[in-house]
Amino acid sequence: MEILGLLGDGMWLSLQPLNLMLILIGVTLGLFIGAMPGLGSVNGVAILLPVTFLVPPGSAIIFLAAIYYGAMYGGAISSITLGIPGASTAVATTFDGRPLALNGRASLALVTAAIASFIGGTVANILFTLFAPVLASVALNFGPPEIFALMLLAFATFVGLGGDDIPKTIFSICIGLVFAAVGFDQISGAPRLVFFDISGFLHGINFLVLAIGVYGIGEMLWTLDSTRGKITSSEAKMSFKGIVADSKEGMKRGWKGTTVGSFLGFFVGILPAAGATPGSLMSYGVTKMIAKNPQEFGKGHPGGVAAPEAANNSASTGSMLPMLTLGIPGSPTTAILLGGMVIWGLTPGPRMFVDQSEFVWGLIGSFYVSNFFALAINLAFIPLFIWMLRMPFTVLAPLIFVLSVVGGFAATRDMHDVWLMLGFGLGAFFLRKFDYPLAPAVLAIVLGPIAEPTLRQSLLLSSGDPAIFFNRPIAGPITIAAIILILLPLFKVIRDKMRTRNAA
Amino acid sequence: MRLGEIITAGVLALLSIYLMVKSSELEIGYISGEGPGGGAWPFWLSAIMLICTGVIAYNWYKRTSPPSQSTEPLLDRYGWMMLLKVGGGLFLFIALIDVISMYGAMAVFLIYYVGFLGRHSWFLTLSLAIILPIVFFFFFEGLMRITMPKGLPFTEPFFNVMYEIIY
Repeated sequence: MEILGLLGDGMWLSLQPLNLMLILIGVTLGLFIGAMPGLGSVNGVAILLPVTFLVPPGSAIIFLAAIYYGAMYGGAISSITLGIPGASTAVATTFDGRPLALNGRASLALVTAAIASFIGGTVANILFTLFAPVLASVALNFGPPEIFALMLLAFATFVGLGGDDIPKTIFSICIGLVFAAVGFDQISGAPRLVFFDISGFLHGINFLVLAIGVYGIGEMLWTLDSTRGKITSSEAKMSFKGIVADSKEGMKRGWKGTTVGSFLGFFVGILPAAGATPGSLMSYGVTKMIAKNPQEFGKGHPGGVAAPEAANNSASTGSMLPMLTLGIPGSPTTAILLGGMVIWGLTPGPRMFVDQSEFVWGLIGSFYVSNFFALAINLAFIPLFIWMLRMPFTVLAPLIFVLSVVGGFAATRDMHDVWLMLGFGLGAFFLRKFDYPLAPAVLAIVLGPIAEPTLRQSLLLSSGDPAIFFNRPIAGPITIAAIILILLPLFKVIRDKMRTRNAA
Repeated sequence: MRLGEIITAGVLALLSIYLMVKSSELEIGYISGEGPGGGAWPFWLSAIMLICTGVIAYNWYKRTSPPSQSTEPLLDRYGWMMLLKVGGGLFLFIALIDVISMYGAMAVFLIYYVGFLGRHSWFLTLSLAIILPIVFFFFFEGLMRITMPKGLPFTEPFFNVMYEIIY
């Protein structure tokens, strides 16, 4: 009952005029950002974070969370109408969404995606409300070794479950952590890693400089190179009657996918390395596997749209769970949200549920409100979004670049950082070409300032004995789980080699 | 791509060594009563980075990673031209900020990109190049009180007029 009371207060807070306005703007912007090829929630949140310094922190995070929500809905629009995923989270939506559009059923695909997203978001919100306070109360007992073990687990999931090249993933994590160490040593106060004695490095490398460089500049260059401007939009005629009919058909044929996506997406979303992209792909796979006619998938089945869309929305809420309760982001977008909270003077983690109860429950309340408005705005403005998708890339791209440069400067007000951001953007473009995953670096630069002091405090407590991470009741299992995850790819290699040998 | 993969690994290995050397300016071992030294964390992370580049190079040799098997060029003619035009445009945009202000550089960049690269009409190009910097000016300087670079002194008279509108 207490939770319901707190949730009610939170929802009331999120319905205050300023917050409601920010939710509406955020969801609409998010829908547009998500729908644009090459842009996803992470780009929107990274580029727009500097403009939130105008409003109080509670309203700022509600605005950014609304962008996150909207972008998850929006990703489906370009996947279906253009055949190009608006973001990686909507890749699986193209499998059946695009064939439906090509068969003249774009409206069925769009309505199914919107409703599945809404159900996925609602299920995730309920699970979040139930789990978050419990997890936060457990995490209140955490000391430096437990927190560092959690950081290790977050990085280990990228290695074990990320699915990318392992040495490149580890390199990405380490370089993000090293960038986070630039500036001053937090304990001795001595200048550290001030490259070529350039004074701009003394204030460290702001995570936004890396995030905007990677997601604002690097990703746009990559999109310009990979799409070559060849984007064609499918027509989608929408009417109220049509929406009702499509809703019925979409739910009748897509309920299994929606159910699978809603639950699987949430739990996959909680894992730091996993998030919405693998969540949606896994949900698509499971739904196809349990379907009566799996051969229909890939040719235009509403279930193939419902599963990934329910999952990516559910996962986006799921990824907020470790961010708010443990201070560990579950996705690159939540990593940037977490960084923003630190800028606003808040300390994410279990103490927030005690010290900043109004803030936390306001945010949770806003999830419900954002989810509702994202559905309403999505259904009402689908034709408008499709029209906007016809905006030439040669107009959209310079707008994104301008926003990136202005946002990069506004974050630290130092031209040094703008140059650094351009360097990161160009570097990210080339590294992505060679399959270096960049999300772990962004996550690492956010978590670095927490990971290093907790490691040093832990080792100081134990007089330099690393056993402290193994012999404590909570830190021990977490550290062992992290080590298993790190070794998981190695186990897979050994297993494959043994299978090959046995087969021979 | 194959050649690019090993060159990238080599450059990143050199970067890792540089970071290790730079980190060792502070103590990289354990200091009794103080815990690990200030350079320990970045030093050992850079060491792991160096090991990773070694593994990447080994995978390249064994041709196990997709880029090491690829016969495609890193970038074709379109890719290089795009990078030169867009990356070069961005470089000039940022370089111009200290000369003609953030807003002036923004306008020049938009004219370059929308008008010359995008080949859109002059009406659209100039509309964007004029309206967008003005909107940004009022948003950042007026609403958010964030002062953007104003460039060299010759831009002052223009900004004086703009500030009179705000204040």
